[in-house]
Amino acid sequence: MSRKLPALTIDTAPFWQGGAQGVLQIHYCAGCHRFFHPPNPICPHCNSFDVSPRPVSGRGRVVTFTINRQAWTAELVEPYVVAIVELAEQANLRLLSNIVGCDPDAVAIDMPVSVTFERHEDVWIPLFERAADV
Amino acid sequence: MFDRLFEKDVAITGVGQSEVGRPSSKSATRLTLDAALEAIADAGLSREDIDGVACWPGDNNNGNSFSPVGPNALLSALGLNVNWYGAGYEGPGPLAGVINGAMAIAAGLCRHVLVFRTITEASGRAHDKAGSALTAKTVGRDTSYFWQWYTPYNVISAVSFMAMYAQRHFHEYGTRPEQLAQIALTCRRNAALNPKAVFRAPMSLDDYFASKMISTPLRMFDCDVHCDASTAIVLSRTDAACDCRQTPIRIEAIGAALHQPWSWDQISLTENAAFDVGRMMWARTDLKPKDVGSAQLYDGFSILTMFWLEGLGLCPRGESGRFVENGSRIARNGSLPLNTNGGQLSGGRTHGLGYVHEACMQLWGRAGERQIAPHKIAVAAAGGGPLGGSLLLARE
Repeated sequence: MSRKLPALTIDTAPFWQGGAQGVLQIHYCAGCHRFFHPPNPICPHCNSFDVSPRPVSGRGRVVTFTINRQAWTAELVEPYVVAIVELAEQANLRLLSNIVGCDPDAVAIDMPVSVTFERHEDVWIPLFERAADV
Repeated sequence: MFDRLFEKDVAITGVGQSEVGRPSSKSATRLTLDAALEAIADAGLSREDIDGVACWPGDNNNGNSFSPVGPNALLSALGLNVNWYGAGYEGPGPLAGVINGAMAIAAGLCRHVLVFRTITEASGRAHDKAGSALTAKTVGRDTSYFWQWYTPYNVISAVSFMAMYAQRHFHEYGTRPEQLAQIALTCRRNAALNPKAVFRAPMSLDDYFASKMISTPLRMFDCDVHCDASTAIVLSRTDAACDCRQTPIRIEAIGAALHQPWSWDQISLTENAAFDVGRMMWARTDLKPKDVGSAQLYDGFSILTMFWLEGLGLCPRGESGRFVENGSRIARNGSLPLNTNGGQLSGGRTHGLGYVHEACMQLWGRAGERQIAPHKIAVAAAGGGPLGGSLLLARE
C-alpha cells in the first residue's frame, strides 16, 4: 500500500531505520530508566538529556484499533487497520501503527502482536502482526 | 489553585453568523464580514468601538478551506483600528480565539474584541476531496512534529483517532452503538427547528445504522457535515459592556488545561483533554455542573460529545452511554438540553464558535422555534484529542 514517508532527523531516524537490522528502536532514558515515545532529545518524565534509542522486543498488545473502510485517496486499499499498540517493555509505552497480515475482523483489543517492517526507500515502517499468546 | 480569575472581567455582548451554505455562493471574506457586522450591530456597537480581533486557527497563508480568513484579512477589509490582534492553531482548541480575546481584554489591551471563525470546507471539498487530509499538511516527506507519526500509517482523517477512542470507550465502559447514536439523533431533531441547519430531514435509529461505516465503530452520521460559514462573537470588558444593547453574558469560567502530551495517541484515549479542561473550569467558579441549563458540546465526531459530557462532570466518568440512552436527558425538554441548534453533526461544521453563538442565543431567549426553557447558565466546549477548551457562560 502507498504510504506517505516521514522526514528523518537525528532524533527520529533510529525509529524509522531500526528495521534495517530487524529491530524496533525506542528512546530510553538512563536517568529514570524509562522508555518514551515519540523520540526527543530529552526525557519528558525527568528532563534528562541522557537518552538514546534502545532495541525492544517488538512484542506488544493492541490497546485500541479501528478498521478503516473509507478509501480516502485513489491509492488506498481499504479496509486497513489502524491501531495503538502498547509495547511489552513498559505500561503505557504506546505507538500508532497498522495491524497487517490478518483478517481485519480478527483484530481485537488486547490481542498480542509483534513487529514487522515494511521498507520504503530508506524507511523501515514498523507494522504489527498477530502473535501467538505469550 | 487560581488566585486571579481574568475571565470575570469579560462578557459576550453580541453574536453574528453568516448564512450556512453547502456550499455558499459568497466568498470566504464576505461570509466573515456578514458575521462580523452582525455581531457588532448585535452588541449595539460600531466598528470604531472594536479595538481587538481574535481568531482560531487564523489564516494558514494558503487559502485552505479549513481557515481561509484570519485577523489580518478581516481587520483590513473592515478598516478596523486595533490595539491588539492575534490568531494561530496552537492553543486549547477551537475556542482559543475567545480565550485569547478575553485575555487581551483582561490584560488591558482592548475593550471590545471581535472573535470569529470562518470555514469553507463545503466549497473546498468540491475542488479537492483530500484537501483537508492530514497527509496534505506537508508536501513530500512528512516534516510535521506530530503528523509524521501518523501519516505513514495512512491516517488520513482525524476519524481514525476518534474511532479508536470510541472503540476503547466501548471496551472499557460497555458503551453501545445505539447509545452513541443518540448524539446524532438528538442533533438531527434539533436541526429540524433551525432554519440554517444543513441536514433537517428526520433521522431514525435505522437511518443511523444504515449510514456508511467510515472507520469502526464510527459511521458517517457520527461525523460532522462540512459547510461554508462564519461565526462572530463580540467580547467586551464588563465595565464597557453596559454601553451595549444586550444583557451581557459573563464568562464565568474558562477551561483550557492540558496536563498530558499534545498528542493524538499518547493522550488518555477515553479522556482526551476534556477532563483536564473540566477540572480547570470548575476550579474557577462556585457554580456546579447541576447549575448548567444547556450544553453546547463539540460534536465534530459524536464520541467527542460523550467525552465532554464526562469531562465537564455533566455525567459520571464512563457513563455517557447510559446518560444519553434513549435521548431523553439531552432532549430540548430534558434535564440537559444538548446542541440545540443541531450541532455540527446536522447544523454544520462551523467549528467551535457555533456552540458559543447558540449558547448565547439560548441564554438571551432569541433562539426562535428551537428556544428551550429559560436559563441563566450554559456551557460550551470544543475540541478533541489534545485540543480542548470550555466556557461557562452566565447571563446577568
